[in-house]
Amino acid sequence: MSKPEAVKEASMEMQKKMIARNYDAITSKHETGRKVSSTFVPGNLNELLMCFDIVNNLPEINAIQAGMRKASGGYIMEAEKSGHSEDVCTYVKADIGQMSKGNIAPNGKPYPNPDVLMLSYTGCYTFMKWFELLREEYKCPTLMLHVPYEGDGHSTKNMRDYIVKQLKEVVIPGLEQVSGVKFDIDRLRQYLRNSAKAEDNLVWCLEQGKVTPSPIDAYFGGVYYIGPIFTAFRGTDDAVAYYEMLRKEVQGRVENHQGPLTPEGTYFNDQKYRLIVEGPPNWTNFREFWKMFYDEGAVVVASSYTKVGGLYDQGFRHDPENPLESLADYCLGCYTNLNLPTRVDLLAKYVEEYQADGLLINSIKSCNSFSAGQLMIMKEVERRTGKPGAFIETDLVDPRYFSAANVKNRLESYFQMIEQKRRGGGSKTVAA
Amino acid sequence: MSGKNRTVADIVGVCQEMFEDLSFNYARKWKAAKPGRKVVGFLPVYSPLEMIHAAGCLPLGIFGGGDQMEVIHGDAYYQSYICRIPRSTIELGVTNRLDFVDGMIFPFVCDVIRNLSGIWKIMFPNVWSKFFDTPQNYDKSIGGTYYVQELHELKEGLEQMTGRKISDADIKNSIKLYNENRRLIREVYSFRAKQPWLAPTSEVYLLMRAGLMMDVEEHNQMLKDYMAAAAKEDRPKRDNVRVSIYGSFCEQPPLNLIKSIEMAGCYVVDDDYSLNNRFLMTDVPTDGDPLEALAMTYIENSVETSCKYVPDGKVKGQFHVDAIKACGAEGVIYATPSFCDPALLDRPMICNKLSEAGIPYIAFKYAENSGQMQPIREQAGTFADSIKLWS
Ligand code: SF4
Ligand code: SF4
Repeated sequence: MSKPEAVKEASMEMQKKMIARNYDAITSKHETGRKVSSTFVPGNLNELLMCFDIVNNLPEINAIQAGMRKASGGYIMEAEKSGHSEDVCTYVKADIGQMSKGNIAPNGKPYPNPDVLMLSYTGCYTFMKWFELLREEYKCPTLMLHVPYEGDGHSTKNMRDYIVKQLKEVVIPGLEQVSGVKFDIDRLRQYLRNSAKAEDNLVWCLEQGKVTPSPIDAYFGGVYYIGPIFTAFRGTDDAVAYYEMLRKEVQGRVENHQGPLTPEGTYFNDQKYRLIVEGPPNWTNFREFWKMFYDEGAVVVASSYTKVGGLYDQGFRHDPENPLESLADYCLGCYTNLNLPTRVDLLAKYVEEYQADGLLINSIKSCNSFSAGQLMIMKEVERRTGKPGAFIETDLVDPRYFSAANVKNRLESYFQMIEQKRRGGGSKTVAA
Repeated sequence: MSGKNRTVADIVGVCQEMFEDLSFNYARKWKAAKPGRKVVGFLPVYSPLEMIHAAGCLPLGIFGGGDQMEVIHGDAYYQSYICRIPRSTIELGVTNRLDFVDGMIFPFVCDVIRNLSGIWKIMFPNVWSKFFDTPQNYDKSIGGTYYVQELHELKEGLEQMTGRKISDADIKNSIKLYNENRRLIREVYSFRAKQPWLAPTSEVYLLMRAGLMMDVEEHNQMLKDYMAAAAKEDRPKRDNVRVSIYGSFCEQPPLNLIKSIEMAGCYVVDDDYSLNNRFLMTDVPTDGDPLEALAMTYIENSVETSCKYVPDGKVKGQFHVDAIKACGAEGVIYATPSFCDPALLDRPMICNKLSEAGIPYIAFKYAENSGQMQPIREQAGTFADSIKLWS
């Protein structure tokens, strides 16, 4: 096997180049004449947008980028000064605040105004208001795709028909109008074929979390693994190539009994605790947050955040034979569109199947879609698995809500509790 | 009980008692009065009560615990940065105050109530519960078709719960009663808008809240009695300003907050409190297919509120501006529950529209158990004074 560092670097480098190319495609729209859409990660219709040569810009990802560059705090304050409540989702405020500060993309060029707001409304109420707010700013066409919530634990034919009908009668004609490109269903099929290939390899990689030591970190590393498929690349040849490359890297680590590479460039092999994590990560202190885990020997073997853009590990694949229906099923099945009992089932199953020591919840102040009900989720998963749970609280991109000392304390107590449990002690919850 | 001689104080007294009764004795008695009767709870903002009524059940509005109930268990289910209504609703559940309730409907409002529906399924597996997702597409052939089928599924769920079929005639009969209820409520609202000194909002609010917990025919009579009695009251007209209150469609403010606004010199002439009974703005047709009629009225003639998408950006907020003009309000109090995403995300858009229309407004947040009214009284008082000064 060749040098693992080089292999690892290759997939990260590749992803970096893909993202840079996409930002260049967005910011050069005036030169190239391409149309740009803004859209959301869960339930995104990337393959469909590609059928119209539309470049896909994702405000959630831009907020994450701003968080990681430590710029989001200022943007949020800016939005709050202009009348946005301190209580609402900080992704929205980071996006809106960024607009009033010149709206500069990571490549240093200004974001052009979108030509269409593709409001794929899946799994989060905030999406609807976020794009109503952006619509006031950009005054461009807004295409709403309403994806009903799987409130009773499953999707129904009525839900699926409703989505397909919206795709046929609202979304596709709307995108044709914006782009001037006629819809070609065979083109969509080809992209969906690519999606399914990439999805197979992603699932394979995520499932390696079952191996000991785990060759992946399914939370901190996981956010990189899902990058291409959850954003502007699902359906592209690049994404297919990326996941083949990622698979080879993970395979190499499995063969060498290696853990994932940490940001410090060492393999995290000495894994003492195996965790399932629920909820999105904090982005403003991402590396510091990650370090608190590997410093203590905790690896994340599965997470729910890597399922927000699709539950591929539960069998779903985009299906070129039923293109629109499969887009509908995809939207319906994203993690935050599942009801709480289904989320509990999934997390309890992960605890068992990945032989984890327990469930850790990172509760995000911003995000009701994830957070409302997480304490119940923790109690239920603990009850069902007999494994201890823990609860920490941070925010996505608002640095005011990341208290390193608190998080660290909570994690340390949790690891002690796991130790105790291993020695035969009782389970107790570490919570706020 | 028809009561030509009932006074405002009698009627409001009955409503207040129901409002304060967190054991829901009215509903308990209603259920016990005949064997086989069932009660179905529903949360804000909109459920088609006709369907529950047509199933022979009593629709029971659940609006959290207000400021009279101590929340002991509920806080263990919710983080501090989530609004109050789900935790006090859980409290009602775990303290057995809802132990007689046979079914629960959680309509789409926001992700909090959406997720609460799942918690309920886990905590009370023997209670029939339904998450009810209304369409966000307002094209009759798309959102309308979807909604008709959702109503069919709701109907089937209710039938399974009660063990009895619901006929079209049952639904039509319920629609008629609720049409009358909505008509009378519109009358009360316009009576208040014309003569707010005769129908203070602290009373109208109780009348509406009680209506969402009682038999609709009884409430229809009560609405008529109230208007007749209020018209006869000898109440002085004050030099108050006329305000509309928006943003309060889900978690409800404490009654004291409403009283404080009135005491600060405001007549509330429009509001979006407990909106369920005014969600449909016109009569639902009683000819043709009743589910189709309910669905299409929702699609074409329901209010604009934060849990609904507004397809045309140009008219966003215009609904509020029109409502303000229609009731003759001079200003708006945008009062929202803390941590309420729907109301707070909408706030900048609605308030911009108010500014464009030259309508003054103030905004503040509350919780159902807010205790300190002094700041609110001061804020509302200053607002009223400024309107008087500049109008
Ligand atoms: S509320 Fe949660 S899911 Fe929705 S946009 Fe914000 S962070 Fe994302
Ligand atoms: S008060 Fe607001 S945030 Fe809370 S449940 Fe109601 S609509 Fe949702």
